[in-house]
Amino acid sequence: MIPIENFLILSSLLFAMGLYGVLARRSAILILMSIELMLAAVSINFIAFATYLDGEAFSGLVFALFVITVAAAEVGLALGIVLRLFRERRTAYVDAADSLKW
Amino acid sequence: MDSVGVVIAFYVLSAITIVSAASIFLLRNLVHAIVLLVVVFLGMAGLFLTLSADFIAVAQILIYAGAISVLFVFAVMLTPLASRDNGNSLYAGPGLLLGGAIAAIVVVTAFDVEWNQLTGVALEQRSFTDTIEVIGNQLLGPHVLAFEVASVLLLFALLGAIVLVTDPNNEDGTTAEEEAGKDTAVGGSE
Repeated sequence: MIPIENFLILSSLLFAMGLYGVLARRSAILILMSIELMLAAVSINFIAFATYLDGEAFSGLVFALFVITVAAAEVGLALGIVLRLFRERRTAYVDAADSLKW
Repeated sequence: MDSVGVVIAFYVLSAITIVSAASIFLLRNLVHAIVLLVVVFLGMAGLFLTLSADFIAVAQILIYAGAISVLFVFAVMLTPLASRDNGNSLYAGPGLLLGGAIAAIVVVTAFDVEWNQLTGVALEQRSFTDTIEVIGNQLLGPHVLAFEVASVLLLFALLGAIVLVTDPNNEDGTTAEEEAGKDTAVGGSE
């Protein structure tokens, strides 16, 4: 019997790694990978709570499906933005996109 | 699911997932990091299986480990001049601090809450059941509006990706380098 805390700790560790990647890294592709890591960590939480707490409804599983859908849409769009950034600035570092910086 | 095998599988898969996820940020080559991201997603799919979410596990393998990782590989290939150096970081200290703080908050909360008291029944994992029928009923029953909105979201993501990568100044499909080459060639002939 695995206690639910184990799943929460696992997902919070993955989420923290993803957060570090988003905040600290310069490569836009690695930042997108970190965002995917964070989304997947959240879906671990959803599924753990669905399995442990949620009676017969399994709403957490449906939420996890929507998380996967949104992640797919997001990565498709964001990689388009990365390609556009590369075409304009010849680099994939996010700090090259500083036109809005005052 | 009280069997020893599930518990062992949980700890092994957790170790694989955590180590691979940490290695993503330690490796120098971005392509290697993508391969490790696939390992992380596969480990997560295994964890979903230990949580008896079979359909989500298969969807995770198909969409995350299959499609999204291929998209990442394409993005790396299509940005050839960009550095593949993965080790470059700004603000590593604040990032580590905030990530560690959030992880600490979640872990403390996870141990602080009495999960058993939230439900009337004793807290335990249910045994392995077929979840596809339940998910189908939920998607086309109470969550049908969100289901339709998700389909519209996917449609607009498709359109948006096409619009984003199409160069408005360059409709005939040549790349910027070919365009520049054409210009210099014309300039040279003149």
